[in-house]
Amino acid sequence: MQRRTRGGGGGVMSDRVTLGIDRIKCDGHGVCADLVPELIELDDWGYPIIRPDAIPKSVLPHAKRAVSGCPTLALRLQALASHR
Amino acid sequence: MSIALLAGPPATLGMESFAEHQHRLGALPKATRALIDSIERSSLRGKGGAGFPVATKWRSVAAQRAGRPVVLANGGEGEPLSRKDRMLMEQRPHLVIDGAVLAAGAVGAGEIVLYVGADHSGAIQAMQRAMTERSASERKRIRLVSSPVRYVSGEETAAVHFVNAGIALPTSIPPRPYERGIDGRPTLVQNVETLAHVALIARFGDEWFRSLGIGDASGTTLVTVGGAVPQTVLIEIPMGLALADAVNAAGGITSDSDAVLLGGYFGGWVESSTAWGLPLDTDPLRQQGYSLGCGVIAVLPSERCGVVETARILAYLAHESARQCGPCTFGLRAISASAGRVAGLASTPGDLEHIQRWAGFLAGRGACRHPDGAAGLLASALRVFADEFEHHAFERRCSVARAVAAAAS
Repeated sequence: MQRRTRGGGGGVMSDRVTLGIDRIKCDGHGVCADLVPELIELDDWGYPIIRPDAIPKSVLPHAKRAVSGCPTLALRLQALASHR
Repeated sequence: MSIALLAGPPATLGMESFAEHQHRLGALPKATRALIDSIERSSLRGKGGAGFPVATKWRSVAAQRAGRPVVLANGGEGEPLSRKDRMLMEQRPHLVIDGAVLAAGAVGAGEIVLYVGADHSGAIQAMQRAMTERSASERKRIRLVSSPVRYVSGEETAAVHFVNAGIALPTSIPPRPYERGIDGRPTLVQNVETLAHVALIARFGDEWFRSLGIGDASGTTLVTVGGAVPQTVLIEIPMGLALADAVNAAGGITSDSDAVLLGGYFGGWVESSTAWGLPLDTDPLRQQGYSLGCGVIAVLPSERCGVVETARILAYLAHESARQCGPCTFGLRAISASAGRVAGLASTPGDLEHIQRWAGFLAGRGACRHPDGAAGLLASALRVFADEFEHHAFERRCSVARAVAAAAS
């Protein structure tokens, strides 16, 4: 479960992936919460709160769109239980 | 009580010279990979706050293949209530250097960086003088870097960032320093007290170290005891000692106290009735939801209000945010503002409800754990001072201020 990619959205080999975020890059645009509300809600200041568990297969395409649609490229898909 | 790090000449004599140090403890043994096994058996945990197993960390660094590792001895000590790292460096700089040299040997590192808070002038002087007493080959590989006075400077990615780029702010992980740190090399960031313990474990063995603790606890630890005690003091205690015994060793309490701040600003409040009996040992504390953190024990004096103290600490932590991550920048600012109004008997509707909710969703939402620390402290305060928060918010009265005023009239 060490494999991970950053940005782009494609290429993750593991079937148990989750969304990871670079908190320094994130500027709270909120695009991700629009694209994948199943996984992301926004806090009182517009910054994402991400569900920590594995992304269901049906939601994965939306998650990949959120990764590629993030204006600051702060989101990534990563293997579950790797670095947050 | 057994002591180890502070054995030898009394603190009033200042720094122990290299000659005295070697005469008292003997020469430094050679560092080998076997030292890591011995440290594992000793159960030594990191003393910077997180309590991470030391041997595990060293193995992670030693296993990296991306360049020759670097050791960073972390003496940043940004925690305002802690004195232990600076006083250790002032009194026993050679234990710290020994530990760093041993760590370098065990993980295969070349360079050693001694990272010392710029405001710890006594520690810097002692470390500088200690370096002049070491061998030329050691001097050549060790450099002293003074770190900016800022709470987050001692955070491990911030320390690495400062050495690399002169910016003492945390960076995003991955990569963690053990993967890619100083000059892109695997970097072991280890608190100075932890390294000093290693200097003794290498000489006297893991069994000796384990025997210093009480019961199942292993070794000794440095704690800073402050608040309702005669004066803020550094003491060395056996791990596993009851908190009340540590406070007594610091001179005992000078007033009644309802609460203790355990672990400093990154720790949490504990009701005194619970606190006195707590064993000061990493895992038992963790199992009960507490943390020894960097070894701060601050006893809240009866004339101080826990709500007011908490608001003051939150204001400090909000100010000390690196302001790189949104949840920390805006979350801590909002929490601090609301808590300040509640504490100042000027709360607006929703203030208390807001901070109760915000305390729950900041953890894990920064590049570093600064927001986690603030949220944990707040959550503990809301638990321990629950009634007093409600008095402040809804009745606009402070029981402590009233009691103090009544006693004075």
